[in-house]
Amino acid sequence: MDTLVLLLITGLGLGALYFLVASGLSLIYGLMGVLNFAHGAFLTIAAFLGWEAGRRISDGTWTGLAISALVGILVGATVAVLTEVLIIRRLYERHIEQALVTVGISLAAVALFEGIWGTDPIYTDRPAWLTQTTEILGARIPNDRFLLIACAVLVLGGIVLFLRRTRYGLIIRAGVENRHMVTALGIDVRRSFTLVFAIGGAAAGLGGVLASVYYGYVSAHLGSVLLIFAFIVTVIGGLGSLTGAAIASVLVAVLQQFANFYLGGTGDLVVVVLLAAVLLIRPRGLMGKAA
Amino acid sequence: MTAKSLRLVIGGILLVVALAILPLLAIDVPGVLPGPTYTPGTLQLLAFALLIAALALTYRMMFGLAGLLSFGHALFFAAGAYGLAMTLEAFGPAEWPSALVFTVAIAATLVLGFVLAATVGALALRVTGISFAMVTLAFAQAGSVLIRRNPGSATGGDEGLALDTAHVPPELVGVVDTRNLYWVALGILVLVYLIVLWVEKSRAGHVAEAIRENELRVRVIGIRPYNVKLLVFIAASVLASVAGMGYLLLQSGAAPRIATADFTLTLLVIVVLGGVGARWGAIVGGIVYTLLDQRLTALAGSDAIAALPDILRVPLSEPLFILGTLFVLVVLFLPGGIAGLPARIATGRKQHPAEPEETVDA
Repeated sequence: MDTLVLLLITGLGLGALYFLVASGLSLIYGLMGVLNFAHGAFLTIAAFLGWEAGRRISDGTWTGLAISALVGILVGATVAVLTEVLIIRRLYERHIEQALVTVGISLAAVALFEGIWGTDPIYTDRPAWLTQTTEILGARIPNDRFLLIACAVLVLGGIVLFLRRTRYGLIIRAGVENRHMVTALGIDVRRSFTLVFAIGGAAAGLGGVLASVYYGYVSAHLGSVLLIFAFIVTVIGGLGSLTGAAIASVLVAVLQQFANFYLGGTGDLVVVVLLAAVLLIRPRGLMGKAA
Repeated sequence: MTAKSLRLVIGGILLVVALAILPLLAIDVPGVLPGPTYTPGTLQLLAFALLIAALALTYRMMFGLAGLLSFGHALFFAAGAYGLAMTLEAFGPAEWPSALVFTVAIAATLVLGFVLAATVGALALRVTGISFAMVTLAFAQAGSVLIRRNPGSATGGDEGLALDTAHVPPELVGVVDTRNLYWVALGILVLVYLIVLWVEKSRAGHVAEAIRENELRVRVIGIRPYNVKLLVFIAASVLASVAGMGYLLLQSGAAPRIATADFTLTLLVIVVLGGVGARWGAIVGGIVYTLLDQRLTALAGSDAIAALPDILRVPLSEPLFILGTLFVLVVLFLPGGIAGLPARIATGRKQHPAEPEETVDA
């Protein structure tokens, strides 16, 4: 029983991380049709700068972590907006080229991070509470999992509220549904592109700081690893669906944890099998709209 | 055959002959090659460039011809390299004559490549566009993880797998024989080129091209795009595993790096850099990229770079940063890649003629 609870909550924590990356990917893809390979780079740069800021001000305390998170969110959003405005905007409606450009950015960014911060992971200091465990139903759960889950729930709630309750959210939802109609009604959808990039970048930035808490280190490859699972999550959840991304994140991460424990470390393979199965039975993903 | 295509064929043959006699000459190109062309180090680099060019050619067949943006091409290259290495090791204790074992191992690897390509292709082609890209990425990732996990010590994990030379013809082993390996690499490139040419000129190739342009229309005419796409996918993947076998022989081993998603992305960079529109673009892209990568790495370690202030030194000492930036610039400003340059210069147009005119954003 305790193993079950441990795996479940650890899976939820990992799923929270996947969701923070996948939510931005899914929104960006849903609205603009851009497969954003640079998303991992947003996450990594936010993790690095968040860590740099946090450790300068107060290392290993809650204040330090809060500052890291704030800096991470700001950096993620800023870098994402810059990427959109300076590079991706030039290539609207040319989806393959957009994907290619983000591939180039991700390659260059990882190399640059390696040049600045080195190739080895840098271990980070965390508030003491996060390194301890809490006992739930006999299972000793590392406390950082709770932080991850809480943050992801907050982000999910925030994005859903934003999409449902604000005018910009309405435009974004309408844009995902039918972009040409929104344009025909005289609304400049392009401004919401920038906004979506900012939201996705901010979520990825927070994800970067939390990933450094979860793994206990920052490295230039932090983003690339998470990005691949985030891609899988978005496809399983259905491209462009936020709820789908949330459900799929949890599903993928929990399954991964269970397979890693009970099936001898085959978590990654099981996820790919799940992806293949979903595509065979339901090519548009769990919650995706019909193509 | 028209006069123009005859000229092209003769030019191609002459080029291959020129490349073939390169190891017998002592041409020194300072700054581009590490030494005269007969030295093993230079031949090793050139052979590697030729193999990467062959691999890029197979990738272009999928991406450029059929419009299939796959992020899993590295899987088949790795399948060729690791497949051959593992079969050779498995046959290690066998009593058969070495030549027979070598041939059987190659055949077994080809079968493995075919089965893998047919399975992955049949599954991945159920979806199109970006989803297809992600599914292939996922499969390649699974392969990469499997290789790193080192199940039953079969793949050597992070260390890579060394070539078991017990049954490899002695002409293909050792530094002195690098020029034989160079000829093997050239042979693989020519073989891949001819097969790619054959597929492209066949009826299936024309249908694949039509699918890239307008899949719905192909369906309306009454052709099932799925079968043709699967055919192109399998052909490109099996050829990629042939290039992988060449890689194994050349490097005397397989490294887990060749199975990663980054390696596929590198291929994508090569093909786009060279120009998606032309076959020779992929070849030029592969050779230019390999040489650039090697020379930039050499440059990164040079004293001139080390003396620069940090802000210049850090980016310049990362070859991948320069290549990635170059790639972004090519996509933004030079849509036809290197292969598109002559046409752009000839017409003086800013936009590559094969590219649609700038569409008004919807």
